[in-house]
Amino acid sequence: MTDPGPAAEPARSYHGQPVIKEPVWTWEIPCYFFTGGLAGASAGLAYLSERRGNEVLARRAWAAALVGATASPILLISDLGRPARFLNMLRMFKVTSPMSVGSWILAAQGASTGLVALHAWSGRLARPAALARPAAALLGLPLSTYTAALVANTAVPVWHESRGLLPFVFGAGAALSAGAAAVAVTPPRHAAPARRLALLGAACELGAKELMERRLGELGEPYRQGPASTLGHVARACIAAGAAVLATRGASSRAAAVAGGVLLGTGALSARWSVFKAGFGSASDPRYVVGAQRERIAAGQTPGAARTAPRVASPRSELGSPATAS
Amino acid sequence: MKLETIAWPGSYGDQAKPRMGFFTDTSVCIGCKACEVACKEWNQIPMSVQGFTGHSYDNTIDLGANSWRHVAFIEQRKPVDADGDGSLSQVAARASLAEDQGLATYQEGDGIRWLMASDVCKHCTEAACLEVCPTGALFRTEYGTVVVQEDVCNGCGYCVPACPFGVLDQRQDDGRVWKCTLCYDRLKDEKEPACAQACPTNSIQYGELGELREGAEHRLAQLQHAGQREARLYLADDDDGVGGASAFFLLLDEPEVYGLPPDPVDSRRELGSIWAATAAAALALGAGLVAAALGGRR
Ligand code: SF4
Ligand code: SF4
Repeated sequence: MTDPGPAAEPARSYHGQPVIKEPVWTWEIPCYFFTGGLAGASAGLAYLSERRGNEVLARRAWAAALVGATASPILLISDLGRPARFLNMLRMFKVTSPMSVGSWILAAQGASTGLVALHAWSGRLARPAALARPAAALLGLPLSTYTAALVANTAVPVWHESRGLLPFVFGAGAALSAGAAAVAVTPPRHAAPARRLALLGAACELGAKELMERRLGELGEPYRQGPASTLGHVARACIAAGAAVLATRGASSRAAAVAGGVLLGTGALSARWSVFKAGFGSASDPRYVVGAQRERIAAGQTPGAARTAPRVASPRSELGSPATAS
Repeated sequence: MKLETIAWPGSYGDQAKPRMGFFTDTSVCIGCKACEVACKEWNQIPMSVQGFTGHSYDNTIDLGANSWRHVAFIEQRKPVDADGDGSLSQVAARASLAEDQGLATYQEGDGIRWLMASDVCKHCTEAACLEVCPTGALFRTEYGTVVVQEDVCNGCGYCVPACPFGVLDQRQDDGRVWKCTLCYDRLKDEKEPACAQACPTNSIQYGELGELREGAEHRLAQLQHAGQREARLYLADDDDGVGGASAFFLLLDEPEVYGLPPDPVDSRRELGSIWAATAAAALALGAGLVAAALGGRR
């Protein structure tokens, strides 16, 4: 018999089957990435505008924060396999689980934002509300970026291998979302800080996401294929167009501000969705999962999990096969 | 050899039991699927109709909410006696291995070799699923195994993409995740897991992890000694990416051929840097907000 050689070797995968599981998360999760960032960065914008005496902008940004903070838990609970058990999320606090840490941040930030709103409408609870303002603004910062930690802390290559940049992409997206929302609902002459925030967020979002995709190299392929690629194109187009409209006409025309805000918001949401979808493409193809691991082994960074050299010098003589052992 | 995990045996004190596990010696697996059937029966797992795949004899496809044991079938054109070099005595030793010592994965005659392997949850020493579970539904038992508490799981789905082996999945119309419990209920009654009891060739061996590892080293030495150079132990060491596992394997080809990751890593090992990047990004966002709100006109 002849050795058929390596050409006859089957592809190094099990019938092309995935090695890891795709996430089971549905549309609510990318929407939550967006609303969580909106809530977080809007609270910061609202608080700072208030401190600067821009009440018109502050009120609207608080409203945007409230919308985000209300929509977020609804989206998350509806995504659960057992929505009635949502309170189990607060059963413990685990730093090893970004989802656990994030649930607490979201709960605290949402409660603070709620207090601020309650005070604004009823005039009640002035003292707690005074504390709740900076609390909501501060908690809003990790609320905007922890979702990146959540997806990076998985076995999905396209998320895990971009763990250093993904939080910056999400942070920029949050700034973009909050700026866009505020710009769209605020009279232009009061909206200068929101415009600056939206434009800054747009530039950082585009730059950071591009850099992340490039750094991933071959592992970044899911961003260049299928739904993640389409969503990426939509995001870039909307963000670029929205930024251009806002930068040129946003300060003078209310209609332009609304259009720019809507475009930027759509872009931010599409960008979150593109990251979400890339994870599915990455998990479902064994090439990415095995490829990255084989590279580590080939580079001598790790021996891998398999070993051919036995730790005993010679086999026990009495040891037959397990089939014949008693 | 260190068998400790973060929670076992420490948090159990004198309630801790020896760490129990599976050694799956795929070199004697005959692909009968008795393990799959026994597991389904004992654990009352719902039917999983997957249809006809055309992937050799495998219509189970993968591990998941309704498949806690999965027998993989691989057909290779790679006959036993043409396998690499070796002295005449080694070739003879391999032939005798195949004949009287139960190296059952080789089919003679047409030059096709079959690899068969019964896969299962690895009950990792560093278990990503358990670490990311926000509700604490996943926990470490007194036997050092990893089990989902079905009355706690709220189906958040985080463990599903966190497991580097793709073991866990959500059950449709139930919403929660399910996986091998290493027959936690049977262990408490001092019975061996259903799959190990059903396995007719002892390909699935159940026992104390330390003893299983020792036996596995001898089996590996025996196969290597006979010139079966492709034989390897998988997840039998403390220094791999998941700190070793309670369920480990003897394989006859690279792990990925069986659908197993060659270098699985518990993502928690990078969590420090992930949190650091997250905090830095939060601060950068804060700086951006301050710059936008305070810079320029108001
Ligand atoms: S194999 Fe996956 S499901 Fe099993 S213990 Fe390890 S991480 Fe958890
Ligand atoms: S799906 Fe259930 S077991 Fe898995 S991480 Fe969520 S709560 Fe824990």
